[in-house]
Amino acid sequence: MAREMRAHGHEAALEQQIEEWRSYVGRQRAIEAADLAELEDHLREQIEMLVDSGLSGDEAFLVAARRMGNLDALSREFAREHSERLWKQLVMPAREADGRSANADAIVAGALAAVSAAIVMVPGLFGLRLDEGLAFHLVPLLLVSLLTGYFAWKRRVDAATHIWIARAFIFAAVLITFSPFVAGGQTEALAVVHLPIALLPMVGIAYAGGRWSQVSGRLDFVRFLGELSIYYVLTAAVGGLLVGSVAGIVRAVGMQIDLEVWLLPAGAAAAVFIATWLVEAKQNVIENLAPVMTRIFTPLFAALLIGLLASLLWTGVGTEIDRGVLQGFLVLLGVVFAFLLFSVSARDPQASPGMLDVAQVTLVVTALLVDAVVLWAIVARIHEFGFTPNRTAALGLNVILLVNLAWSAVLYVGVVTHRVRFTRLERWQTQYLTVYAAWAAVVAIVFPPAFGYR
Amino acid sequence: MAMDINKDLIAASSTPIVLAILSEGDSYGYAILQRVRELSGGRVEWTDGMLYPVLHRLERLGYVEARWESSETGRRRKYYQITREGQDQLTEERRQWQAVDATLRGLWQAFDASLSSSDTVTGAVAPHGA
Repeated sequence: MAREMRAHGHEAALEQQIEEWRSYVGRQRAIEAADLAELEDHLREQIEMLVDSGLSGDEAFLVAARRMGNLDALSREFAREHSERLWKQLVMPAREADGRSANADAIVAGALAAVSAAIVMVPGLFGLRLDEGLAFHLVPLLLVSLLTGYFAWKRRVDAATHIWIARAFIFAAVLITFSPFVAGGQTEALAVVHLPIALLPMVGIAYAGGRWSQVSGRLDFVRFLGELSIYYVLTAAVGGLLVGSVAGIVRAVGMQIDLEVWLLPAGAAAAVFIATWLVEAKQNVIENLAPVMTRIFTPLFAALLIGLLASLLWTGVGTEIDRGVLQGFLVLLGVVFAFLLFSVSARDPQASPGMLDVAQVTLVVTALLVDAVVLWAIVARIHEFGFTPNRTAALGLNVILLVNLAWSAVLYVGVVTHRVRFTRLERWQTQYLTVYAAWAAVVAIVFPPAFGYR
Repeated sequence: MAMDINKDLIAASSTPIVLAILSEGDSYGYAILQRVRELSGGRVEWTDGMLYPVLHRLERLGYVEARWESSETGRRRKYYQITREGQDQLTEERRQWQAVDATLRGLWQAFDASLSSSDTVTGAVAPHGA
């Protein structure tokens, strides 16, 4: 009886080992399920032979696994033979991690793309313009809520979170609809732009599916945003080409319809969902592009900013930067910030500091100095021309960015000099993101009443 | 004791060896490996896993056909069978190997002959056991 129980225990342990071996080998991209079954059958037969010749279960497993060969070499041979497996075809992947068929995702994403295109086109049918009135206020909110809904469905978010998110969106919609904006005023435009940004954490919470409170959850959301922007540009470019060609043909045929006017915005909205589906479908099959882009462009941007700073100091321009140039600088700083964010999300926290990190630090420090100059210029303009909603919003954003860049620079220099662990920078950066969302909320909620809805 | 055989030699010989074994009858990976060990008296030991990319390549080239069957233990096992093209390829490989073998054999004989003749000339100078 005892011997039988022991044998059963040994069997269970062996099964466990084989299971671990299977998941380890199965992770190789070049080795598919059928090959894995073949290899496993071989392993089991080898183990049986060895056990028959006197080895214990554990020993037999070790010898058999070792005889199977070095996994890297094996992987290479399989890859050489089945090279098409390395070029994963993206459309309609066969397996889905959580068991739901990939088709359901594609259908839902496609439906949402169609709905979003419709939302953008409907105001036109009623003679409403997209850049004023009800459509202006609600269309961006609707689109963001659709995106949140997609992830809430996909990640099977629990009911309590659903209600919470819904409340946030309803509050935002009510707020912006019933605020007595002066038409065409700055606060109206600011509110419309900043409200979706303030609601981005909602998208993040839905995306991270309960892991929003963890650094890894937020980092995943950052990575998603990075990939989304790249795939969005790709999709929008191809889509724009398509619309342009169709419009050209329509006009050549003699019809006087301005297709672009309503197809382009509709396409731009639909592209968000198509790009989202692409990013989700590719998962880890394709290398993330955003970090690759940042790796290429970080040194170039660092050089650019150094040149910019040098020329600013040389010409002594500080307070006389004109409005257009100032806006250009702000955009540049935004891009640099995005680079920093995506680089942080892509870097292996255990890796030791290297040349790229030095380039990053240079970029952050020079961006910090440029930001200080921009801040100085904004303060000067406010001092001379007074507070307006736009200037105040820019001021606040810049101060927040300055703090971000300053502390990130300090931490990053610490990382490069081996005094600070990279995970600390990760945690700081992802937690600080909520400050941006909070500021966006302030601009959307507090500014209108504070500036008399002008 | 297994010899350390040049990788290229193993790679070149794997196709004719596998095809020849399969021409004796249908088989599966593990059994093919056993047969190789048997035939070579233990001197040729292939890395277990490496056999399978070879089998897949032969399948892709059309020299063998594969099918899944239930083994005695009830597990599903992939069996391989040589095809018409496989037989033809085997014949061709045999011709090529025999040509190479004949060349080398002639050279080894000449080499042996020169060794024994050099022994009688320089026997006094050659060290013991050479």
